[in-house]
Amino acid sequence: MKTATPARQIDSFLEQEYSAGFETLLEADTLPKGLSEDVIRVISAKKGEPDFLLQWRLEAYRHWLTMTPPHWAAVSFPEIDFQDIVYYSAPKKKDGPKSLDDVDPELLKTFEKLGVPLHERARLAGVAVDAVFDSVSVATTFQKELGEHGIIFCSFSEAVKHHPELVRQYLGTVVPPSDNFYAALNSAVFSDGSFVFIPKGVKCPMELSTYFRINARDTGQFERTLIIAEEGASVSYLEGCTAPMRDENQLHAAVVELIALDDAKIKYSTVQNWYPGDKDGVGGIYNFVTKRGDCRGARSHISWTQVETGSAITWKYPSVILRGDDSVGDFHSVALSNHRQQADTGTKMIHMGRNTRSTILSKGISAGHGSNTFRGLVRIAPRAEGARNYTQCDSLLIGDQCAAHTFPTIEVRNPSAQVEHEATTSRIGEDQLFYAMQRGLTAEDAVSMIVNGFCREVFKELPMEFAVEAQKLLGVSLEGSIG
Amino acid sequence: MLDINNLQASVEGKAILKGLDLHVKAGEVHAIMGPNGSGKSTLSQVLAGREAYSVDGGSVTWDGQDLLAMPIEERARAGLFLAFQYPVEIPGVSNAYFLKAAVNAVRKHRGLPEFDAMDFLTRVKAEMKAVGMKEEFLYRSVNEGFSGGEKKRNEVLQMALLEPRLAILDETDSGLDIDALKVVADGVNRLRSPDRALIVITHYQRLLDYIVPDKVHVLSQGRIVRSGGRELALELEEKGYGWIGDSGEVHHEPPASGATR
Repeated sequence: MKTATPARQIDSFLEQEYSAGFETLLEADTLPKGLSEDVIRVISAKKGEPDFLLQWRLEAYRHWLTMTPPHWAAVSFPEIDFQDIVYYSAPKKKDGPKSLDDVDPELLKTFEKLGVPLHERARLAGVAVDAVFDSVSVATTFQKELGEHGIIFCSFSEAVKHHPELVRQYLGTVVPPSDNFYAALNSAVFSDGSFVFIPKGVKCPMELSTYFRINARDTGQFERTLIIAEEGASVSYLEGCTAPMRDENQLHAAVVELIALDDAKIKYSTVQNWYPGDKDGVGGIYNFVTKRGDCRGARSHISWTQVETGSAITWKYPSVILRGDDSVGDFHSVALSNHRQQADTGTKMIHMGRNTRSTILSKGISAGHGSNTFRGLVRIAPRAEGARNYTQCDSLLIGDQCAAHTFPTIEVRNPSAQVEHEATTSRIGEDQLFYAMQRGLTAEDAVSMIVNGFCREVFKELPMEFAVEAQKLLGVSLEGSIG
Repeated sequence: MLDINNLQASVEGKAILKGLDLHVKAGEVHAIMGPNGSGKSTLSQVLAGREAYSVDGGSVTWDGQDLLAMPIEERARAGLFLAFQYPVEIPGVSNAYFLKAAVNAVRKHRGLPEFDAMDFLTRVKAEMKAVGMKEEFLYRSVNEGFSGGEKKRNEVLQMALLEPRLAILDETDSGLDIDALKVVADGVNRLRSPDRALIVITHYQRLLDYIVPDKVHVLSQGRIVRSGGRELALELEEKGYGWIGDSGEVHHEPPASGATR
């Protein structure tokens, strides 16, 4: 029979090319490879940083020297030579862009190609964007409009310049430099990132967004994001990422810190589409990221939503420390690993306050030779009277060469706590594909439909623009307005 | 419309169809009866294009086209519909979404404008009423948690929406109570038209009380061993499959009314 078989069609569907894999040729100000105290001093000096920050970096670096890379994750890769990485690369320019007119047109074109227009005319409706290219922020839109509400949304470097007191007060208070190997490295060498401050009682009137792009060769991207929501404030923040296709692996070791004071709410969404390497596992980004939120105030609420489709290796556990009484933490995740991709991702919910609540909803999709691991920790501290957690971990397997693992850890030290855990594993069956194709759908549409259905609960949590992008990323067409 | 000549097919190396001939004209309803293991389901799966079944010989011509050369979804879009014996569950995908995607894939192929959400809902609600399905089934995942009868109603609903030119019902009646059986029969009868053909595969005669076939065929050991009019089905009912002589298999009593599988 000459019919195209579902199995073969799935294969071709899974082998779709990475569309953000182009390279932008720009003159760059790049430091030589390698890391030392001198390199850190140069980075700090280039950014004109105050001394406290240089000292903070150096302390982190000295601590990092005493640490070894973690090996507990279910991922495997050759040892990284940390002296073979460029720690600072910035597009060459005058004294930093004063306005978009100063930004290199090549850069604007790059972001336009990625669907992130920075031009006044073409800006994403209702979304303020901070665009980070290699080591520096190239533009932040809507700053003036946000400023009228007292909101600060700028690159990390600008925040250091204009609001050093806020940076000093909050930096490293959620993820201390000594937290882990990659966080220490990031603290020593971070070059830029985004800074958000929402003052007391202000509801941010638009979505804030950062778009990270790694371009330069051999360059690591070490960005730092710090978001502070004061009492009663709320904000929704989006993060997107891409990188060119290259044969060698590139390191991305970011740190994100969220701080929510009393009654504040922070919603942090990520659509991660770093270059995953080719189908044989050559190249791709190593995404080793520490993301943590601190529900510092009573009734505060931090929500992580992530769609992880890229990276050769993902090592990432967005967590929430539920310190304030009645605070709430959520983690909604879709992680896809295809070809030779490895994802070890999950979350930690640390319940310290009374009546704290957390929800974990994890959807892992493994295809090709991909490996997907959920690693979760739910800890209920002795004083967390009445704490509750609900965890659901679902795995979907496509094909028979992939793997899915679930490692939940639950530590309960208060007898009044309620902790629930549910887990399922399913496979896209030949029978499901045949059924859908017998109704006229192509194998590709059928897989998309099934994957989309599987992820629906998580996509629902994403802001509209990102939900669309996420669905496209998973090769799925938008589920109509019905159903 | 459909000409099957000397069709031979196997699954996992085991020959099931061993030279099957069947000729169906537009406007006709054919019933294919036979004992378990005679090849009834294999025939339906091969016609729909399931890859686990390999065609080892013979030909199938449908409207002048080589059916066996067409991909699964092309057959479906051209109007071949298979009502499954065991409809498949698709968790997370709403029935409404699934039905709309299928209907629009077929409409597009036929050069008709695709339904928007409102047109589709109007259409599907009318059809659901006809098969006695509550609206809530639109918003549930495809077949997930449906009872046996509900799944079969959902098949008949899809058949009505997709307006096939050739519909094959693979033991759609098995395990149904009398009400559900009538729904299936009614769905088939409403579909009867001079430009459509239907093949009703069944183990039991009782469905043919409600769907009056133009022809009845008896399938045994991978071949059509007898063909006739409606009276052949009655004869089978009376004498059992043992009577056809060459299979050694006997007719089993139908399951109790209301049983599901």
